[in-house]
Amino acid sequence: MAESYRRSQWSNSLFILPYLSVFAVLLVFPLFWGAWLSLHKVDLFGPGRFVGLGNYARVLADPVFLQALRNTVIFVLVSVPSLVALGLFLALALNKTTRTTSFLRGLFFSSSVLSVTIVTLIWRFVFIPGDGLLAVVSEQLGMQPVNFLSTSGWSLFSVGVATVWWCLGLPMMLFLAALQQIPNDLYEAAALDNASPWRVLIRVTLPSIARTIMLVTIIQIVMQFQLFGQAQIMTNGGPNGTSRPLVMYIYEVGFVRWDVGKAAAASEFLFLIILVAAMAQYIVSTRKSEASE
Amino acid sequence: MSATIEITNVSKRYGALSVLDDISLSVKAGEFVVFLGPSGCGKSTLLRMIAGLEDVTAGTISVGDQRVDTLPPGKRGVAMVFQSYALYPHMTVAQNMSFGLENIGLPKGEIEGRVQQAAATLEIAHLLDRKPAKLSGGQRQRVAIGRAIVKEPKAFLFDEPLSNLDAALRGRTRLELAQLHARLGSTMIFVTHDQVEAMTLADRIVIMHNRGIEQVGTPMEIYRRPASRFVAGFVGSPAMNFVPLKSVTGNGRTLTIGTDGLGDISAAFQLPSSFTPEGASLGIRAEDVSVLPDGQGGIALKAEVVERLGDRTLIYGHLADGTKLTAETDGRSEARGGDTLQLVLDTTAIHLFDAAGIAHHSEGE
Repeated sequence: MAESYRRSQWSNSLFILPYLSVFAVLLVFPLFWGAWLSLHKVDLFGPGRFVGLGNYARVLADPVFLQALRNTVIFVLVSVPSLVALGLFLALALNKTTRTTSFLRGLFFSSSVLSVTIVTLIWRFVFIPGDGLLAVVSEQLGMQPVNFLSTSGWSLFSVGVATVWWCLGLPMMLFLAALQQIPNDLYEAAALDNASPWRVLIRVTLPSIARTIMLVTIIQIVMQFQLFGQAQIMTNGGPNGTSRPLVMYIYEVGFVRWDVGKAAAASEFLFLIILVAAMAQYIVSTRKSEASE
Repeated sequence: MSATIEITNVSKRYGALSVLDDISLSVKAGEFVVFLGPSGCGKSTLLRMIAGLEDVTAGTISVGDQRVDTLPPGKRGVAMVFQSYALYPHMTVAQNMSFGLENIGLPKGEIEGRVQQAAATLEIAHLLDRKPAKLSGGQRQRVAIGRAIVKEPKAFLFDEPLSNLDAALRGRTRLELAQLHARLGSTMIFVTHDQVEAMTLADRIVIMHNRGIEQVGTPMEIYRRPASRFVAGFVGSPAMNFVPLKSVTGNGRTLTIGTDGLGDISAAFQLPSSFTPEGASLGIRAEDVSVLPDGQGGIALKAEVVERLGDRTLIYGHLADGTKLTAETDGRSEARGGDTLQLVLDTTAIHLFDAAGIAHHSEGE
């Protein structure tokens, strides 16, 4: 019996083989190949030349990279808290089971299923100068219309607004799922404890969903550092690279200027940044919850 | 601090569904009242209405001399211990206990004093820095009670607080609750479906059934003089025996009660003239049915199952006409399933229930 059990375990692992092979070919192999490429001067058309950490030095010396890095960090610092706060707010507001709330949940989630092209198209209608929604509104109000997509500062902001609108569905749904896990008798105990709605939110609701807040934050940090499509289509990184994110820099270096080694080195930096940001968030929040135990 | 609780003509409906119908009850200050009834009888709903967790559809509830049914739960001056304890999982024991006091803006020193005192009373002082997840069921139970005590409420409400504990701990906690009540002298309302808890803890038991109150009385009144067939069958273990009535004859005090299973029985009863044997039944507890030594004439019982409880033996069987009956005898009985035993009834302990279930008690003592 033990023998047949062991054999059945081996055959069971065959079921994950299709996934494992795709995972290995499309994720594990590129990860190491990317690291290997970052150490070479290579253009994909001929054999590479080993340059050690030269590509990394070139990336760090490139002002365009540093600008893209700054843009991306600012973008993440603004968009992730906005997504967490808005997602939480919507989840709290829609955490009831009525027809209206079900409809609104569907509505707020619906933007998530759109492709980046559709999302940016919609927001171009809002932000575009001349005929755009905001331009028309500000003209009606007698204000000077802002050229959102080609003004330094506003362009990254516009990309951020479109991104928050697009990505809001997932945080909201994750928060809703977490809120519905909180036992109702905690709220009843709080009612008997004379807690105001604000105290209930701060002392009962938020601590109960702390893990989900951390999860959503990490997911969004990882996602938003990879900003590309919206910036590419809405502003093309402009004006003067003020809305160019890191991934766009990597794309331009790698596939426009064919400096693949340098692009790979920049990718490794991005990989490292995301890893550190997510780990830091994780460590800080676990340490906090341990300290309070 | 303790206060009276006055429930006047209270009803609860969810749409067309009526859960409680015109309930009135007075609880005296310092009294320990237990709501006892089967699942779904509305006892928890009534408790939650006192707490303010359910709206009152009609009627009023007062705590002390203040009407509370229009007040939010926190303003009613009552504290509740939940079946699941409902401790805040991310707060320590001390924070759990002080949360309600912080919310009403009590000074820090006073909060600390009350928490320390309650913790000492409940012997949980060494747990104050722990979180609920690190506590055993019994310890959580104490914290939940502590959270109620520190509020110094006018009344304590317990919603089946012992049902999540194992049998040994339940017995011990029951005793401690009784001691706590004696020490605090507070008004306490306790909901349970466990009749042992009700009998041992209550000053008065409120038996609930079918959207209403079936009987209110001391444990012994409920046990000895049940107001209805439902109460008689619900309280007591094993359940009271019921035998259908065939006839009731005689006048004055002593009646002859005719049954198929038990034959004719003479007993003292004062029945109203409206009483008819149709649909009526005779009730007698197992402890009032005793087994005669072999050979003496009595009522024949064919034993089916014999339960030996050590101090006493329960004999489940059927009478000549097939009616099921349970008898009790002492622990040394050697009766076995299949034996035919001779029984005798204590006719002073007989109850008669009319077709509507209203009880009449034997008056011969």
